[in-house]
Amino acid sequence: MTGIQEIVPVEVGNLIGKVEEFRDGDYRLVQINCSKVGDVYEINYSFDKDYVFRNLRITVTADTEIPSISGMYWGAFIYENEMHDLFGIQVKGMNIDFKGHLFTTAVKFPFSIASSTLTKDEKP
Amino acid sequence: MIRVAYFEMTKTAIKTLLSTPATILYPAQPAKKTALSRGHVTIDESRCISCGTCQRKCPSQAIVVSKEAKTWQIDRLRCVVCNSCVDTCPVKCLFMDTQYSSPVIARSVEVIAITYVKPVKPEKKDEASA
Amino acid sequence: MTKQIIVPFGPQHPVLPEPIHLDLVLEDERVVDAIPSIGYIHRGFEKLVEKREYPEYVYIAERTCGICSFIHGATYCQGIEQIMNLDVPERAQYLRVIWSEYSRMHSHLLWMGLFADSFGFENLFMNAFRIRERILDVMEQTTGGRVIQGSCKIGGVRRDISNEKLDEMHRDLDSIEREIRDLTTVFLQDDSIKHRLRNVGRLSKEDAYHLGASGPTARGSGVAIDLRKTGYGAYGKLSFQLVTDSCGDCYGRCAVRAKELFTSIDLIRQATQKIPDGPIDIKVTGVPNGEFFARAEQPRGELVHYIKGNGTKFLVRSRIRTPTLTNIPPLVRMLQGCELADVPVIVLSIDPCISCTER
Repeated sequence: MTGIQEIVPVEVGNLIGKVEEFRDGDYRLVQINCSKVGDVYEINYSFDKDYVFRNLRITVTADTEIPSISGMYWGAFIYENEMHDLFGIQVKGMNIDFKGHLFTTAVKFPFSIASSTLTKDEKP
Repeated sequence: MIRVAYFEMTKTAIKTLLSTPATILYPAQPAKKTALSRGHVTIDESRCISCGTCQRKCPSQAIVVSKEAKTWQIDRLRCVVCNSCVDTCPVKCLFMDTQYSSPVIARSVEVIAITYVKPVKPEKKDEASA
Repeated sequence: MTKQIIVPFGPQHPVLPEPIHLDLVLEDERVVDAIPSIGYIHRGFEKLVEKREYPEYVYIAERTCGICSFIHGATYCQGIEQIMNLDVPERAQYLRVIWSEYSRMHSHLLWMGLFADSFGFENLFMNAFRIRERILDVMEQTTGGRVIQGSCKIGGVRRDISNEKLDEMHRDLDSIEREIRDLTTVFLQDDSIKHRLRNVGRLSKEDAYHLGASGPTARGSGVAIDLRKTGYGAYGKLSFQLVTDSCGDCYGRCAVRAKELFTSIDLIRQATQKIPDGPIDIKVTGVPNGEFFARAEQPRGELVHYIKGNGTKFLVRSRIRTPTLTNIPPLVRMLQGCELADVPVIVLSIDPCISCTER
C-alpha cells in the first residue's frame, strides 16, 4: 500500500537525540501513540516526509519519566498531554502543561494499567 | 486579476424564490425513503431457529435470544440499524424495513415469541445399509 | 501594562458543530493567547475494541464521527486487510473511492454552509445545504444510509452498485456541478465575504509544516501534502491535481475546499467510467496478528489508524488519530493576535470535528 513502514526501537535516553535527527532532516511529526501491552507501555513517535513513514518506539513502565519533544516540535504538547491524561505517563518539560485538565474524564487515567482491573462500580 | 463583485447572490436568491421549496412538510408529508433505506429490523418468527448468531454479531448488544423460553427480544433504542444481523442470519428470517421506529416515552424491550417447529425427519429405511 | 481578562469560548456556541472549549486571554479586544480544553464528548472507543470482535468493530469505527464516517470505516478495513495480507478485488476498491469522494463532497458542503452561517450569511448556508441534500440522496439510494453508510466490510464492500445506476450518477454530476459552481462563485468573488476573510487568521508556510497542520489547513498555506497521492485503494489509477493556495488566511482555506469540490467531481467521473466488473468481496478466515498504521485522506486532513492484533478475535489496540487533533496547535498559533470578533470564523476555518478527536 504505502510501502515499508519502519519501526525503530530506541532507549529512553537516546530519544531526544534521535528526534533531533528527524528535526534536522525536515520531517514533520505525525502522531505520538501509546499502547498498553501487558505490564508495560509502548510509545510510538511517527514522522513523515514526502509520504515516507518512519517510527521510533520506546517501551516504559508506569513510573518512568520521559522527556518532552516539544522543544523541537511545538505542536507535540497536544499528544503528550493526552497521553498523560489517559494513561498516566509522566512527561517532563512540556511547553504547555495542562496538568491533567486537557481531557476531563470521570475516571482519572482511564486507559492505564491500574484502571483496567477495576470493575464497573469501583472507583480508583 | 481579481474580479470584485457585489450582490453575487442575487441570481441564486431570485431562482430559489421563484421555484418550489426544497423542504418537505414532515410529518404531514412522509419522509423520503429509498428501497435500501435502513429503518428497523423485523423478524419472521416461523423461521427462526434460535441459534443466537444475531445476538453475538450485534455491535450494540440490542438482541437477546432465549432458546428455552423461545423468545427473541430487541431493544429498539439500542439498535443502530447496522444491518449486521440481517446479513449473518443463517436462515434469513430477519428483514430490514424502510420506516424508522416511532418515538417512545419510556425505555422498553420488544419481545416476540418464536413459533418455529423443527420438522420431524422421516425414519431412515434399513435398505440403505447393505 | 494593559489588563488581561479571560473570556471563555464554548463549549456551547452557535457556530460550533461540536463542543470544544477555548479560554481566550484578551487585552482590550485583541486575543493574546488561547488555551484549548477538550473532553466533552469522550466515549471511550479505544477501550471498546477489546470487547468487540474485529469484524464487528467496523460498525463502531464508522460511528466515530457523523460527518466523515465512511472514511473511518474504510481506513479500519484497509488496516486489517494489510495485516492479514488480503487482496481486495478491484471493483470493491473503486466503489470505496466513489463513496469516499461523495463523502468528501458532502462534508465540504456542510462546512461551507456552517462557515457562511458564522459570518452571518444565512441564505448561503441554506443553499449549501440544499445542494448537499442531492448528494445525501445519492448516498441513500446506493447504501441505505444518509450519513452512516455501513457498506464497508473486511475484504470488500457489502453492497454493489449496478452499472445502470453508475451511469445515472455520472449524468447527474453535470447538474450538481453547475449548482456548485454558482455557490463557489459567491464564496470566492463576493466583496462582503472577502472583507470578512482576507488577512484573518494567518498561518505561514513554515508554521503550517512544523506544527503538523494537515488537510486544507496546510494546503491553504501552500504546503502540498495530500495522502491520496500515495495511491492507496484505487487512487493510484486515477489522476487528479493537488489544490493549494499561498495566502494562508481564512480566504485561502475556503478557496482550497471550494476547489476540492471540483476535484472530487472529476474523480467520481473517472471512477464511474473506469470501474471493472468482478466480485465485490472475498472470504476472510483467520485472525489478525501484527500491527500496521493505515493512513488515508479525510476531508479534514490526514487520518491515521494504528491497529495491533495478537492472534485472537479481539484486537489489542486501535488508535485513531484524527486530523482535528493535529490542527489544534496551528489553531492556537492562528488565534494569537486576532480580534475577538474574528474568533468564530478562525475556529471554524480549520473545520473542527471534535467527536472524531475525542473518540
